[in-house]
Amino acid sequence: MIEAENLSKRFGAVEAVRDVSFVARDGEITGILGANGAGKSTCLRMLYGVLTPDGGQARIDGMDIGGETSKARAHLGVLPHAAGLYGNLTARENIHYFGALQGVRSERLASRTAELVRILGMEGFIERRAKGFSQGQRIKTALARALIHDPGNIVLDEPTNGLDVMAIRNLREMLLALKAQGRCVLFSSHVMQEVAALCDRVVIIGHGRVLADATVQSIRERSGAPTLEEAFLQVLGDSAGVS
Amino acid sequence: MHALFTVFGKEFLENLRDRRTLLSALLFGPLFGPLLFGLMVSRMLNQSVVESDEPLRLILSGGELAPGLTRYLESQGVKLTLENLSETEARAAVHAGRAQVVLIIPKEFAARFIAATPAPVLLVADSTDSQTRKIADRARIILGGYASSIAQLRLQARGVNPLLAVPVAVNDVDVATPTGRAVVVLGFMTYFVLFAVLMGGLYLAIDSTAGERERGSLEALLSLPVPRSSLVGGKILATCAYMCISLALSLTAFVCVFRFVPLERLGMSANLNSGTALIFFAICLPFVPLGAALMTFVASFTRSYREAQTYLTAVLLVPTLPIAFASIYSLKTRSALMFIPSLSQHLLMTSVLKDEPIAALDVWVSAAASLAAALVLMVLTARHWRRETMLG
Repeated sequence: MIEAENLSKRFGAVEAVRDVSFVARDGEITGILGANGAGKSTCLRMLYGVLTPDGGQARIDGMDIGGETSKARAHLGVLPHAAGLYGNLTARENIHYFGALQGVRSERLASRTAELVRILGMEGFIERRAKGFSQGQRIKTALARALIHDPGNIVLDEPTNGLDVMAIRNLREMLLALKAQGRCVLFSSHVMQEVAALCDRVVIIGHGRVLADATVQSIRERSGAPTLEEAFLQVLGDSAGVS
Repeated sequence: MHALFTVFGKEFLENLRDRRTLLSALLFGPLFGPLLFGLMVSRMLNQSVVESDEPLRLILSGGELAPGLTRYLESQGVKLTLENLSETEARAAVHAGRAQVVLIIPKEFAARFIAATPAPVLLVADSTDSQTRKIADRARIILGGYASSIAQLRLQARGVNPLLAVPVAVNDVDVATPTGRAVVVLGFMTYFVLFAVLMGGLYLAIDSTAGERERGSLEALLSLPVPRSSLVGGKILATCAYMCISLALSLTAFVCVFRFVPLERLGMSANLNSGTALIFFAICLPFVPLGAALMTFVASFTRSYREAQTYLTAVLLVPTLPIAFASIYSLKTRSALMFIPSLSQHLLMTSVLKDEPIAALDVWVSAAASLAAALVLMVLTARHWRRETMLG
């Protein structure tokens, strides 16, 4: 479970995130929807602890990321916006490096990697160096790297960016599989259809604030709009542009 | 600690597969110095052979007017080429480089010589050309010898003791030892050794910091449950490893070069063999973590590979500064100077080369000062890595 409690962050004069609170539950996919620059990445970065909030607290499975950083991070898999690989290492070596840094023992590392290779369909390129990987292969490797320590919570920052239709489909199946295993999945996107197709709950962020936090179903019911798209647009008003 | 070695292992392996790192760490860095050095010394060797072994060659014009002088020159081993040139022709020939030095005996020589008044000869040379100048100098000395022997004969013929004309006898006493003379040449060898150390870690320091940011793997790395000090420590340790390899290769290459360059023929001997190379390695070892920490520190502030490269190339020159100061003020080994990294290594290595005894305390102070500076830089680097601005 991932909890954001009154998170605030400013960069100089810019108030990037203001008083953001929401909960992403286990066994659910939670989507953060917002335009470019709405504060999604800043929010997520505070959740996985590379940014320190000016106010509020982020908790992973009840542990404060600011206080029990290492413990909390061990329960968290992260796929940042820029998920670069080490080009001179093979996909397997990339995954093992992160596994070792997560403290996964070598026997477990081998079996867990084998499992991820099977689930993600990485058999074709697992022993190849990452230098010439396609965007899809890169995302798969980065995802395996984020999941190697079998975390209960997964945060993904705009994971579908730059992926083709097939790769997006694969990723969607992956996220649904993670949800089915009872994990807490939190991902950000600026593409509405994506969020609508996948998420159980949606947190809509605009100008650093939470504009709505509800199930997809209830947003639709509350707005009374015939289609999801119109429901979203009603929530957003004209405050934020969502594609 | 486990994380630190994991980072070390990964950085070491990754860079072992990188052509750029390998070229700079294992080829260019360590071999550039020794090769340049070998080339320079053998060039110097050729020049000194020109000076001492080769006979002096002169173009003589009007030799028939001074048969005595001509015979004297030949008896001194001067190779004479007889030509008939006017002064203007001789000037033109030397100016155009067709002739190096021309000796002209003018028509009035014989008459003046017989009258015992100063008989003129013209020595045409170009003093801006160092080669010609050396030949002219040698010719002048031989001509001077001829003049003084004639003077003595004249005095003797007049019943005067020729020694009266020699009021002062100058004796040159050169205290330069063969090893000491070599040190002038070897002075900058120590810089090449330190240069090799820094070159060895250059690309790794860039790749593990700015490179990590540029390829977008930094944020994922920073979100792991690993203390930032372990990440920085592992990266600096890997940089150190490459620097040590580069240092070892550089010293090996120097030992080889010294074996093939016959320094003794230059009247020099250098105390560099595999034993001293090991001592050099020990002296430079504390400089390795300092260089690695400095480079990683500087590179951590840069946003891209290119930017890091610009700044770190400047860092490559940092160890030259104290060494340059040392040679401008011709500093001798002093314990107070052992607190200055790079200068202390330079002075210690120079002492070893000169075969001078070095104080154990100096070695310890040099090592401690370098390691302390390294520690400070490592702490500063780790602190920078803990900042949010690290994300860029």
